[in-house]
Amino acid sequence: MHLHKYEKIWLLFGIGSLVVFLFVVGYGAFWQGTHPQSHGVTIDPNNIESNEAFKPENLGLTKVDEDEYIINIAASAFYYDLGKDEEGNSVRTIRIPKGSKVLWQAATKDVIHGFHVAGTNVNMMVEPGYVSSLETIMDNPGTYTIVCNEYCGIGHHMMYATVEVYE
Amino acid sequence: MRRQEDKKASEKDKPDLKGTFVSVMLLGIFIIITWVGAFALFVSR
Amino acid sequence: MQLAKNESQPKTSLQALPISKPESRLYMSYISVAFISLLIGGLMGLLQVLVRSGKFTLPAGIDYYQVLTVHGVILGLVLTTYFIIGFHFSLMGKTVGISIKQRKIAWIAFWIMVVGTVMTAVTILYGEASVLYTFYAPLRAHPVFYIGLALVIVGSWIAGFVNWHQLKVWKKAHPGEKSPLLAFMVTINTAMWFICSLGVAVAVLVQFIPWSLGYAETINVLLSRTLFWYFGHPLVYFWLLPAYMAWYAIIPKIIGGKIFSDSLARLSFVLFLFFSIPVGFHHQLTEPGIDPTWKFIQVVLTFMVIIPSLMTAFSMFATFEITGRRKGAKGLFGWFKKLPWKDVRFLAPFIGMLAFIPGGAGGIINASHQMNALIHNTIWVTGHFHLTVATTVMLTFFGISYWLIPHLRGRKLTPQINRLGIIQAIVWTVGMTIMSGAMHIQGLLGAPRRSSYSEYGGGEQVSEWIGYQLAQAVGGTILFIGILLMVYIFIKLTFFAPKGEEEFPIAEEEDDAEETPAWFENWKLWIGITVALILAAYTVPVIDIVQHSPLGSVPFDFPIGR
Repeated sequence: MHLHKYEKIWLLFGIGSLVVFLFVVGYGAFWQGTHPQSHGVTIDPNNIESNEAFKPENLGLTKVDEDEYIINIAASAFYYDLGKDEEGNSVRTIRIPKGSKVLWQAATKDVIHGFHVAGTNVNMMVEPGYVSSLETIMDNPGTYTIVCNEYCGIGHHMMYATVEVYE
Repeated sequence: MRRQEDKKASEKDKPDLKGTFVSVMLLGIFIIITWVGAFALFVSR
Repeated sequence: MQLAKNESQPKTSLQALPISKPESRLYMSYISVAFISLLIGGLMGLLQVLVRSGKFTLPAGIDYYQVLTVHGVILGLVLTTYFIIGFHFSLMGKTVGISIKQRKIAWIAFWIMVVGTVMTAVTILYGEASVLYTFYAPLRAHPVFYIGLALVIVGSWIAGFVNWHQLKVWKKAHPGEKSPLLAFMVTINTAMWFICSLGVAVAVLVQFIPWSLGYAETINVLLSRTLFWYFGHPLVYFWLLPAYMAWYAIIPKIIGGKIFSDSLARLSFVLFLFFSIPVGFHHQLTEPGIDPTWKFIQVVLTFMVIIPSLMTAFSMFATFEITGRRKGAKGLFGWFKKLPWKDVRFLAPFIGMLAFIPGGAGGIINASHQMNALIHNTIWVTGHFHLTVATTVMLTFFGISYWLIPHLRGRKLTPQINRLGIIQAIVWTVGMTIMSGAMHIQGLLGAPRRSSYSEYGGGEQVSEWIGYQLAQAVGGTILFIGILLMVYIFIKLTFFAPKGEEEFPIAEEEDDAEETPAWFENWKLWIGITVALILAAYTVPVIDIVQHSPLGSVPFDFPIGR
């Protein structure tokens, strides 16, 4: 089997580029810890409240340290439960200061949902039986819409919340 | 007829593929640019 | 079209065989279902882009997601599978022949698939299966939906078995000869299809059907998704490879050239067989339950499957350049002008090839491990596969139809239909550039795919998205015009084009082409390596998924309005 000289150069160049791409993402993933979310932490799909993080009083924003937060979200068709505010109303918007380190944790009570803070890298599948979690630093101020981006039923497009990153 | 065959044989020995080479390299550069662009966007977010 | 007659005889007995009337009836039946699907599925697509523009609501209580399920199932599963099987059979019939018994079994396959398709369609139309074509558990559709899908798969297997048998019979009659290139390629594609669809068949038969009937209380969601995507990625290569068959072995004939390299074409198909299957995790990169190291391993394997496409790009350009230079082209790009731009049999697939450049580049981004979070489940993904399958593959299938249908029907592709075809290809290109381009940009801004019109409480971000949705409505409407044109062309070619003979273009090798190594026929080796790669990529993570699985999920009917 004969390869033309130019084809050899082309394949070396092409495969070389792919190797560089893989090295870049591999370096980020294995040495800098930017793997896509994958923790394999399980939870009872019929009773997510059995996990401390998803008890009603622990949902929504919790400040754990200066500039360090945890946000727990209970997803169900077609609603993100972010807990209640002081007056007992359901929280629809979460406000965090710019530059905060945020640990997002989500679990579903029923079917598969998506969890995407649109315009950021916080993009996770939320599947029955698993806790989805991802830690990020919210560096860019702005108002972000959280959207369910995995089809979960006829009200799928009504499933959203808001995050405000303020200066 | 003979000349044609000779010409054909020489073509086979050395098909001129400069245009092909430039085309695929442009394609490769396009792939690299889009990938680096997406990577930059990923890192900036 | 005006090919100088080649004096010399083909080296092997690769004589094109005549296709008899009953044979063409079989092939046309498969292809006809594909075009009916195109019309129905295209209409659904039009409704979707209109709804998402925010200016239109569906009448009579029809649900957006019901329409979306029809669109995905009928275009992604029905149109593609039927067209491909019809095309596979025509290629096999032309290169290695079909016996009467084989033809009868091929009809059984057809009817099993039709019964399955109708069963699935009925459940969707009754609103009992608005689960989209991926049918992710624990959303539960009506059991008949899953049984119908299983029948479609079983039918497609039978068709594949017939193809294998056709080649086997031919090889017995032609000992020591290499199999015809197109028959080799069909065999690779059907082998890949069989191996990968075993995964979804297991999911449907063992997991979904008992669970949807109530015999099993719960389902292992992650396992079902893993089995689905073990099938789901090779599925897209099952669509792509028939297009590659046309590019490697048919387009050269249409442009008046020869096959660039028989061996390299075979090699790229063997590589596709190896690396199309052990890569499903790149669809599951943002899932919580799969070990990230195994995700990365499959990302590396995914990158391997890019290599045969890089080879294909070179082969295509080289075919064009060599042919152009032989016609007297000068300079670096003079050969480009020698291509038959006014021949729709070339133009439509050529645009398909061009679309695969951004399509492939986007695919590399999608598969880049953590970078997947940038676009996962955003409408970028929809834009991506509307370039790959809905442009690259579809325009090539249209390009095939322009000669295959008249060939089978004993008619001619007239200059008028040719011109209409060129208009069709241009309409498609314009519509898709607008629609897919808008989807790519909107996806990078974070907008989700598979979602009905929503203002999401009216955020600033969202108002930005809606402009792109209007653009998609414009592009989608143009595409629907393209579909109407194509269906018109299909009817014209099938029933009304003038009687005559249309060429079945099969390219030949150069007279002095290098001999193809005999080891390409070592099917046991190819299948062995494929299975070994699959086991390497999946054994450990699947054991891990099963061993560390949470409690199973009970079925949910209410979210889909059942």
